[in-house]
Amino acid sequence: MTTHQPPAPQAAQPTWQAAAGASYPGYTSPIPVVRTHLGHALASEWTKIRSVRSTMWTLGVFVLLVVGIGLAAGALVAANASEGDLNGENPLSFGFFGLLLGSMCIITLGVLTTASEYGTGMIRTTMVACPSRGRVLAAKAVVFFAVAFVVTLVSSSFVAFAQVGMLSDARDPSGGEWFKATVGVSLYIALLGLLSLVVGSIIRHSAGAITIMIGLLLAPLVIALFMFSESLQDLREALFEYSIPSQLSVFYATSLTDSGPSGWDPLWIILGVTAAAFAGAFALLQKRDV
Amino acid sequence: MIELEGLTKRYGEKLAVNNLTFAVRPGIVTGFLGPNGAGKSTTMRMILGLDRPTAGDVRIDGKHYDRLKDPLTYIGALLEAKAWHPGRSAYNHLLCLAQSNGIPASRVREVLETVGLSGVARKKTKGFSMGMGQRLGIAAALLGDPRIVMFDEPVNGLDPEGIHWIRTLMKSLAAQGRTVFVSSHLMSEMALTADHLVVIGQGRLLADTSMADFIAQNSRSYIRIRTPQRERLLDVLHGAGITVVETGGGMLEVDGGKPERIGELAAQHQIVLHELSPQQASLEEAFMRLTAESVEYHAHADAPARQWGDDWQKGS
Repeated sequence: MTTHQPPAPQAAQPTWQAAAGASYPGYTSPIPVVRTHLGHALASEWTKIRSVRSTMWTLGVFVLLVVGIGLAAGALVAANASEGDLNGENPLSFGFFGLLLGSMCIITLGVLTTASEYGTGMIRTTMVACPSRGRVLAAKAVVFFAVAFVVTLVSSSFVAFAQVGMLSDARDPSGGEWFKATVGVSLYIALLGLLSLVVGSIIRHSAGAITIMIGLLLAPLVIALFMFSESLQDLREALFEYSIPSQLSVFYATSLTDSGPSGWDPLWIILGVTAAAFAGAFALLQKRDV
Repeated sequence: MIELEGLTKRYGEKLAVNNLTFAVRPGIVTGFLGPNGAGKSTTMRMILGLDRPTAGDVRIDGKHYDRLKDPLTYIGALLEAKAWHPGRSAYNHLLCLAQSNGIPASRVREVLETVGLSGVARKKTKGFSMGMGQRLGIAAALLGDPRIVMFDEPVNGLDPEGIHWIRTLMKSLAAQGRTVFVSSHLMSEMALTADHLVVIGQGRLLADTSMADFIAQNSRSYIRIRTPQRERLLDVLHGAGITVVETGGGMLEVDGGKPERIGELAAQHQIVLHELSPQQASLEEAFMRLTAESVEYHAHADAPARQWGDDWQKGS
């Protein structure tokens, strides 16, 4: 048991007395009472995310894929391109492949941030400690988004600098292109991870939610590939244009299609989808039993 | 103080908790007793705001759980074992809980010391034994130095030393003026720790009484007699105005009364007695009687083992 003695000076706990009132006597703790707020939940979620190995694994593999594939692509193109091949090419666009594969790691981490708590039973401990369910989801979202954004920004920027250095024949990217290929894609990938986190909160099952998100990432493109029928031409186009890989490539101005989303459209699309899913997850969280 | 009022929880067709009304008072250990599946854990989850009641209300010191601004200093709860991430260390598990309630990190080391887990604080909880897991759960419950502690089946998986430790712990927590609410399906365990009893069966309230009253009402004392001269003894006792009940196996039972008097009466009439023994019905029996109709998962002890073998033989 604690070694705390029952409190002698009543004046030492004014906060408590005000909160408890006289009608509910009982033990009074010497630990100062704190009114909790989002900041406390953020600190808690930060401890959680940094203290499990799955975070290190998923982010480690993510950095490895983004940097490894990015540098390999740059080196391959630099070695094989003959004089003039790269004229007018944007050297940043070769960062796309690593980021596309790496996004699966971010999806996994996003799902695990919420769904693993349901798998382990941790969620009950979490919700008892913080009965404001919306605050828990918000804190998870903020912490995860910040981590995913920073890690993606650092690795995509590193790859971008390396590729521009390697591909000296290509043209110099404009400031706007730089911004989209670093901050833009990082926002997009972090939002994709946030959507996964929200889906994890709705599905409450890690494997199920990861499958759904990987399906969302790859299925439209794969399905479109096999739509040979003439009558499905429009649908095929739409699936191509709005598939996540295609939208991601828009940030490098090398869209897989000529029509469809362009500029910053992909970011607004995923922002809308994530916001809608977040609202749904929030409502479900309030309604369902933990 | 925990107050339940008409608390009801329905899962589809099944009524898990049915119109429970009772209060858990500070300063004593209140035992929450019921057979498996009686609705104890569901009730505790509703108290903690994890499950939403279908009807009724539950308040902690007059407030709903989700209105508490500093829940861990109000209630510390040990729910079912291992409600944490197995890959996280004991220290980090408690730290993230402490942070969510603004409890200083120094308190984490204190509770780890209290439950005797300081040595493994940095180890992943994956490798914890059931007893260590239970201790970590209790550490989490004590983290906020709460006014109310609620333990769901705390002695599960503990060794005798651990069981003794938790009994002492609960009593000392209550002695400090805290509200202690502890569930169990073992009457014998409760008899040793609880001052007050709340018994439920199939979600309904069966008893809400002090332990002393429960013992007085239910621990029937009687005298068991065995004799080859049953008819004669019955006549003699009847003549002396003593009520005798014939039970199976040639046994006689006398409620209350003194064995000395029966022995003397038998001697006077030269009746041979094979047994004359004062008996005390155990609280476990009383509890089983109380909950007999409400036990959900009956093990059919009377089903002969032969049957099973028959099926097996038919199958082969």
